[in-house]
Amino acid sequence: MLDLLAYAAFFLVTALSYGIICLGLNVQWGQTGLFNVGVAGFVAIGAYTSALLTTPDVAGRFGGFGLPIWVGWIAAMLVSGLAAAFIGAITLRLRADYLAITTFGIAIAIQLVALNAETLTGGPFGIGFIPRAFGGLEDRPVIFNLANLALVGIVTALLYYGLERLVRSPWGRVLRAIREDETAAASLGKNANLFRIQAFALGSAIMGLAGAVQAHFIGFIAPENYVSTMTFQVWAMLIIGGSGNNRGALLGAVLVWGLWSITGALLAAFVPGEYQARAAALQIVLIGAALAALLVLRPRGILGEEKMISRFLKD
Amino acid sequence: MNLQFIADGLIMGALIGLGAIGVTLTYSILRFANFAHGEFLAWGTYFTLALASGFGAMFGGSGTIGALSFGWPVIVAGMLAALLTGLLALVLDRLLFAKLRNRGNAIVMVMASFGASMALRSLLEFLFTAQPAYFSRDIQMAFPIAFGIRLTPDQLFLLAMTAILVLVMERFMALSPIGRAMRAVSENPVLARVSGVDVERVIRATWMIGGALACAAGVMLGITVQIRPFMGFDLLLPLFAAAILGGIGSVPGAVLGGLIVGVAEASAVQVVGADYRAAIAFLILIAVLLVRPAGIFGVRE
Repeated sequence: MLDLLAYAAFFLVTALSYGIICLGLNVQWGQTGLFNVGVAGFVAIGAYTSALLTTPDVAGRFGGFGLPIWVGWIAAMLVSGLAAAFIGAITLRLRADYLAITTFGIAIAIQLVALNAETLTGGPFGIGFIPRAFGGLEDRPVIFNLANLALVGIVTALLYYGLERLVRSPWGRVLRAIREDETAAASLGKNANLFRIQAFALGSAIMGLAGAVQAHFIGFIAPENYVSTMTFQVWAMLIIGGSGNNRGALLGAVLVWGLWSITGALLAAFVPGEYQARAAALQIVLIGAALAALLVLRPRGILGEEKMISRFLKD
Repeated sequence: MNLQFIADGLIMGALIGLGAIGVTLTYSILRFANFAHGEFLAWGTYFTLALASGFGAMFGGSGTIGALSFGWPVIVAGMLAALLTGLLALVLDRLLFAKLRNRGNAIVMVMASFGASMALRSLLEFLFTAQPAYFSRDIQMAFPIAFGIRLTPDQLFLLAMTAILVLVMERFMALSPIGRAMRAVSENPVLARVSGVDVERVIRATWMIGGALACAAGVMLGITVQIRPFMGFDLLLPLFAAAILGGIGSVPGAVLGGLIVGVAEASAVQVVGADYRAAIAFLILIAVLLVRPAGIFGVRE
C-alpha cells in the first residue's frame, strides 16, 4: 500500500515536471504559434546549468559550486531563456520554418556538448550527486516522494496561475493577435518580432526550470535523457491535451506520461528480453501515428483552445 | 599535407546534395520544411537492402561488377527502391500532408512531418532492429588518383552517378514541361493554377523525385558507410543546411550547398576531431541565416 503511494507520488512528480515543459511549450506554440523542435535541448540546458551550480566540487570537471537548489533553478531559467532569445533573434525575423530547423539544430548541438565536453558535462556518464530537494528524507521514499510532489505541485500551480494571468493580460492578447494576423497587429504598432522573441524566451526559460526540477528530483542526469524522443513526447502531450489551453497542457502531460508508463511496464512484463528494444520502437510508432492522426482528425485536442478576453470585459 | 579529407568530404557532400534536392523542392513547391525527408533516405536504403538480398537469394551470388563491392542486384534493387520510396512519399502525402495542406497553416505540416518522421524511423527500428547492416562486408582497396588522394572504385562510381543525376535533374527542371510547371508553382502557386498548371500533378512529381533522389543518397551512404534506422535522421540537419545555404528552390544550389557542408564537415574533423562533426552543419546554418538568409542562389522575398 505504502509502495503504491510512493509510486503514485513518484509518477505524479515526473508527470508534473513534464507538465511544466508543456506549459512552456504552450507559451510558444499555443499562444504565439512558434514551432520549437528543440524542446529537449532547452530542458537539457536548464538541467545541466542547475547541476553545475549546485553539485559539490568534483576533480576534473568544471562547476561544482555547491550553491543552494533555488539558485540552480533561477540560473536554469535564465540560461535557457537567454539561449532561446539568442536563437530567436537570429531566426524569428525569417520564415517560420527556420525556427523549427534552427531549434532542431540547437538540440543536436547541445546533445553533442553533453556527450563530448567531459570537463563540463561529465560526458556520456552524465552528472551524479545532484542535491535532491528534501534529500534528508531520501531513506523514507514515501515521505520523500510526497514532499517532492508538494514542492513540484506548488511550482506548477504558481506557474499555472502566473501564465493564466499573463495570457489574459494585454501582452498575451498581442501574442495571439500576432499569431492570427501579423499584418493587423503590426499596423497597430506592435513589434511582432520583439513579442515573438519574448514569448520564445519565456517558454524556453520555463522548459529550463522543468529540466532543473527533474534533475534535482532524480539526482542524476545524462545526455540520453535529452534526445528527440523527449521533444516528441512533450509535443504529443500538448497536442493531445489541447494547445492554447494551460489546463490542457497539464492534462495532456499526465495522460501521455501515464500511457507511456503503462505501456512501458506492460512491455517489460510480457515481452521477452531480446524483443524489448523492438517493442519500445513500436511504442514510439504508435505515439507518432497518434500525433499525426490527431493533427488531421481533431487538431484542437481534448480540451481545445480556451477563448480568452480581458478580465475587464467579462459578462 | 594530406588532402584525403577533401575527397571524403566531397563524397559525403555529393550525397548530402542529392538528399537536399528533395528538401529544397518540397520546401519551395509544397512550402514546408519536411522533417520526414531523412526517413525517405533510410527507407530507400532498407528497401534496396531487402530487394537486393531477395535477388541474391533468388539468383545466387552477389554478382559484383568489376572492382565494385556491389553488383547488378544492388543496382536493380536501388532503381526499384527509388520508385518505392517515391510511392512511400506519395502515400504519406495522401494520408497526412494533403489533408493539412488546405488548412493554410504551413507550420502544422512541419509538425505533422516531425511526428511522421518519428513513427517511420521507429518502424524501421522495429522491422530491422537498430543493428547496423551492410551491402557488402568486403574491404575495398583504394587506389591513388592525384595529390596523394586515394579513392575506392565504389566512391568513383558514386561520384560519377551523382554528377549524372544532378545534370539530368538540372536539365529536367529547366526544359521538361513538368519541370517548368514545378518552377512555376514554386514561384507563384495561384498564378500557376490559373495559367492551367495541374498543381496536383506537380505535387505528385515533387514527391516522386524527392523520394527517388533521397533513396539514391541513402544507398550511397549505405555503400560507403553503413545502414542504420537513424541514418536519415542524423543527416537531416546537413540536408536542411545545404538546402538553405544553396537557396530554397534551387537544385544546383542544393548540390553546391551539400558539397560545401560535406567538405566543411570533413575539414572540421581535421581540426577539432570527429566528436563535434554534427555541429558543423548547425554552425553553417546559423552563419547563413545571419549573413545571407536567402542563400547562394536564392532570391530575397
